[in-house]
Amino acid sequence: MTPVLLWTDALIYLLLVIAIAFGLYAARHEHLRAPWRRVLRSRIGMATLIVLAGYASIAVLDSVHFRLKVDRPGGEPVYAPEVLSLFDLALSGLRERQEVTYSAPFATHLYVKEAVDLPGGGVTRAYPRLIHGGAHLADPAADRVGDILTRVLVGMLKGLLLWMAVVGALLWLSGRRRAESWRVTWAGWRSPGTEIPWTTALAVLGGLLVLGCVAGELAAEYHILGTDKVGEDVFYQTLKSVRTGLLIGTLTTLVMLPAAILLGIAAGYFRGWVDDLIQYLYTTLNSIPGVLLIAAAILMLQVYMSNHAESFSSLVERADLRLLFLCVILGVTSWTGLCRLLRGESLKLREADYVQASLALGVGHFTLITRHILPNVMHIVIITLVLDFSGLVLAEAVLSYVNIGVDPTMNSWGNMINSARLELARDPVVWWSLAAAFLFMFVLVLAANLFADVVRDAFDPRIRATR
Amino acid sequence: MIAYIVRRLLYAIPILVGVNLITFLLFFVVNSPDDMARMQLGEKRVTEEAVQAWKDDHGYGKPLLYNAGGEGLARFTDTIFFEKSAKLFVFQFGSSDEGRDIGYDISQRMWPSLAIAVPVLIVGLAFNISFALFIVFFRATYVDLASVVLLVAMLSISSLFYIIGGQFVLGKLFHLVPISGYDTGLNAWKFLILPVIVGVIGGIGSGTRWYRTLFLEEIAQDYVRTARAKGLGERRVLFGHVLRNALIPILTGVVVVLPLLFMGSLISESFFGIPGLGSYTIDAISNQDFAIVRSMVFLGAVLYILGLILTDISYTLVDPRVRLQ
Repeated sequence: MTPVLLWTDALIYLLLVIAIAFGLYAARHEHLRAPWRRVLRSRIGMATLIVLAGYASIAVLDSVHFRLKVDRPGGEPVYAPEVLSLFDLALSGLRERQEVTYSAPFATHLYVKEAVDLPGGGVTRAYPRLIHGGAHLADPAADRVGDILTRVLVGMLKGLLLWMAVVGALLWLSGRRRAESWRVTWAGWRSPGTEIPWTTALAVLGGLLVLGCVAGELAAEYHILGTDKVGEDVFYQTLKSVRTGLLIGTLTTLVMLPAAILLGIAAGYFRGWVDDLIQYLYTTLNSIPGVLLIAAAILMLQVYMSNHAESFSSLVERADLRLLFLCVILGVTSWTGLCRLLRGESLKLREADYVQASLALGVGHFTLITRHILPNVMHIVIITLVLDFSGLVLAEAVLSYVNIGVDPTMNSWGNMINSARLELARDPVVWWSLAAAFLFMFVLVLAANLFADVVRDAFDPRIRATR
Repeated sequence: MIAYIVRRLLYAIPILVGVNLITFLLFFVVNSPDDMARMQLGEKRVTEEAVQAWKDDHGYGKPLLYNAGGEGLARFTDTIFFEKSAKLFVFQFGSSDEGRDIGYDISQRMWPSLAIAVPVLIVGLAFNISFALFIVFFRATYVDLASVVLLVAMLSISSLFYIIGGQFVLGKLFHLVPISGYDTGLNAWKFLILPVIVGVIGGIGSGTRWYRTLFLEEIAQDYVRTARAKGLGERRVLFGHVLRNALIPILTGVVVVLPLLFMGSLISESFFGIPGLGSYTIDAISNQDFAIVRSMVFLGAVLYILGLILTDISYTLVDPRVRLQ
């Protein structure tokens, strides 16, 4: 196989590198470590962090793209045109098991009547058996419930075993580091009033693992969230949408961060005409309604893409570039808030005694900004970063609904809702696409919102002072 | 006061010029009118004549900034920039790419937008403030905790689901209200109920949480402690002191969005089939009618700046500590 590096993949790797580097750096500096420790000591912070990490691992797995080699005896190696990711390989069963059209969750028959050939000749209209969903059952009506229950039990067992393995590994690692028996560590974790809420963390982890294993066990033979109009598995679609959602939430901030930090601090630090110019810039951008600016920019991108169709080698690449562009334009509309906050804070910091003292000692502007101003505004940057995330995930859905979001060929919750919105008007109702998008989005956004609250409480010095 | 307002209005001019330049860049420089014509006419296999005809029909046939062939002032006025962008300043929106008069459309379509936006604002405000006061009255109890959890959960649901859910439950299951559509005059009321309910419910999460924070901040102030020390009851403290003082940020927060109410809500109008400015914009986006999108961008910017000016003025009216310089 040959690796394919999409633009957004590269940025995700960059983001990971930055996050790890910052993590290593922060771990060695007490003043940076303290607020994160406060986050980890909060039960909600710990629980939501694990849920978010689950989502993030899906997104990262889904960002390693490549094209598979096509077997052809002799001659040059040929690669399939389809761009796949590691996550696709892990879900290869789900991806390939297409039905004809709608089928309900756990169904064994289609949701729509079709003409079926009778064994003795002749044709009748009936609900045909699914090609893949529950195809292993000889008599679906009798065996289905029993089979589902067994699979749930097996899945739970597998999940528990996996969980025990993880806990065991953690215990062993922790015990070796502190040179104590695992029983002591275990008792320490279980005892009430521990600093880090181990019980919460392990419970949430266990819950996720069990749920994941049960879903995996069931999805091996059924469409657990049904299939959509063209027969694609909805569970697969919603899992693939995780990457899009997370990407919009994180890359947008990554893209806008340099501009917001640079301009915000410059405006507050240099004042005078620099300040006027930057203020003018962000007031102007701010006064254009965000949705309209995005719409205008995306329309222009569409014009550009349709006129330069030859410069994109594949649909995936084209969709990827559109996603990246969407992140950039969302960043353009959302950097102004952070910029204004940073300007205000730098204005205040500039008058602080230690900054004045450094100025008097002849320290250069660049050194002063990087050494004194930047570290003191970092908490604002981190709080904004986390607070903006959930809003951006929700914005993606709305924008895709208006057709100015991600490419229609890309898996995203917005596209799922968009294509499913007429299904509720059908009779009988097709509800599972909407339900799946709702469920996965709700869990992600809820976790992000709760996590953001914890982070804000831990980082904001004003809130800390009043406690 | 008047001098201040005049000065603020003058400050708005360079900003609007900036907005205009940005839209001009986006619509005419990044992609030339030729590109747009080709896109509208169907991409490939378009003759050069057809492109030229489309451009002439829609007034895009002129030079961008400087018309060397013109005489005197016409060198600058007979250009795309003057015709399509500069005229927006006097609210001459021109005609859409389909040939309709945009100014007339806007004046017709703003009323349905207002018919939804105003009730949503008023009912939402009343409900959110009452709910926030209720939570603050029971602060630091399980009522408080449960309410906050409920608010965060409501905040985490996409607005799309409120609309879809509302249409499904009220419209389809119980047949209480029509799912979508609109009628002229007063007959429109039954089409307005559902969008208003959905709009209010969708705003509860963020609105109530915000007011709760405001009230809690006020309640920690010294004057509240003084009021309690004088022996005032909880009700008098909440309504007489906390609510009255918290009204300042609430009021200014409302004033800033007032002008933008004209623009309507993009999503709910298109879901409910209401012929307001929001659905006008959405239709323009999906039909790729650039003239309308450009006009709406400019209108939105004007209304936003108007909102900022009104906010500053309302500050001086309600808070005697703030003085205009």
